Amino acid sequence: MLNVSDIYVSYGQSEALHGISFAAEKNETVAIMGRNGMGKTTLFKSLMGILPLKSGAVLVDGVDVSREESFRRVSKGIAYVPQGRMIFPTLTVEENILAGMENATIKKVPADIYALFPVLWEMRSRKGGNLSGGQQQQLAIARALVADPKVLLLDEPTEGIQPSIIKDIARTLNEIRRLRKLTIVVSEQILSFALEVADRLYVIEGGRLVHESPRAAIDEARIKQFLAV
Amino acid sequence: MSFSDILNIGLMQGFAGLSLFAVLLLMGLGLAIIFGQMGVINMAHGEFMTIGAYTVYLFSWLADNRFPRFSQTYFLVAIVAAFVIAFAVGWLVEWALIRHLYKRPLDTLLATWGLSLGMQQVFRSTFGPKEVSPTLPDWLMGSWAPHEGLDIPINGLFVLALTLVITAALLLAMYKSRWGLRVRATVANRIMANASGIDTRKTDRLTFAIGCGVAGVAGAAFTTIGSTGPTSGSLYIVDSFLVVTFGGAAHLLGTVVSAFGIAQTQSISEFFLTGSMAKVLTLLLIVFFLMIRPQGLFASKVRR
Repeated sequence: MLNVSDIYVSYGQSEALHGISFAAEKNETVAIMGRNGMGKTTLFKSLMGILPLKSGAVLVDGVDVSREESFRRVSKGIAYVPQGRMIFPTLTVEENILAGMENATIKKVPADIYALFPVLWEMRSRKGGNLSGGQQQQLAIARALVADPKVLLLDEPTEGIQPSIIKDIARTLNEIRRLRKLTIVVSEQILSFALEVADRLYVIEGGRLVHESPRAAIDEARIKQFLAV
Repeated sequence: MSFSDILNIGLMQGFAGLSLFAVLLLMGLGLAIIFGQMGVINMAHGEFMTIGAYTVYLFSWLADNRFPRFSQTYFLVAIVAAFVIAFAVGWLVEWALIRHLYKRPLDTLLATWGLSLGMQQVFRSTFGPKEVSPTLPDWLMGSWAPHEGLDIPINGLFVLALTLVITAALLLAMYKSRWGLRVRATVANRIMANASGIDTRKTDRLTFAIGCGVAGVAGAAFTTIGSTGPTSGSLYIVDSFLVVTFGGAAHLLGTVVSAFGIAQTQSISEFFLTGSMAKVLTLLLIVFFLMIRPQGLFASKVRR
């Protein structure tokens, strides 16, 4: 469903990603593990078209989107939950969700979104900026989901969120996959969270994927070593 | 002078303030959309107003010289045309100039200032340096006298009604329409709006053009209370920026309240002082207010 082949990304003269390739199937969750500064966010931004690729290709369902602007990638099936959530603080919760429905035929928030996130229904007329961190995370996921993506990208969804809510987020992601059979790519530092949602784990270090393993055959000690500072 | 005379004068002066309020509000709304929402300092905004004013003049000339049977109705068509032409020019300017400068907001100031000088010269070459006035239809002339000694000019009433309609339509569009949602999302976070599926470039262009179109309508309204010259618009640009800053950028309701406050202060103090002293007083009040409250009258209360 998502095919990333040999992508290079640089900030000016300094190259940040040195040829990353991976693939994720339909109805599969893939976790990209790595410490801060290893290129997780750079990778996600380049998949979304916020950072330009120097070379390489990103294919969604066989369609090359490597040269498209972000909003066109959304219409071709990628949705993005950025690091730090980045909801629209001055818009209400409902308007935040509606903002993600640019290509939808209906003009109202679908009921299943509120079923998935009941708290957003309660808060629907509040300003997004006045929600708590965990609620904003749910809002950011809802805003991405209403675009009806084939591939859902989540960049560190657990960052700055308290442990009890992290469990909820894992449960929600699994529920989303069960309902929609989509491809989820999530970047993470917390191994327990990744093990709860992912079928396959990659480790990113210094802008390269250095390790790959399916959940069943995972060597926890080895991955912990990668994640240790 | 009896008490009722003073009351009448106060009311009429207040109403003169309302006409100024109407033009300032229309100018301010257009600017608030462009400056408050997009962060572009459009120094040429006054010239878009002048485009609207000259459009009315052109229609008036046509009605006078070619199609006399439209002399009573041309004005309504001219208002729509003023919007359409200013909108189209705005669209073109955004495409040719502004879109290259979004990452350099201060440069938009210089670029649009240059544009404003250029447009003024185009007006001067086309219509001549002399001020012109359209022939207003009869139904806009005269005044409404509810009682002895109190005369409310009808053109002022018309301009006020037009302003209210445009303001209501804009507020509705901004807070209820898909376009408004796109604009507000883009303002809140341009990159993320784009990554949520919103075509932010198209939104910018449409927003800039609508702001310019509203300035065109302000120009049409202006023709009923003043005569049009190549520099008419630039006389209003400073006041319009004051309106937007005073009201709190990015808040359309603030623009309404601040346009009202500034116009009334100006108009009422003009009656007691000279015009320039009235201006000094208005400016001083605004400067002091903004020192105490830099975010303007209204600012949205949200955790940042």
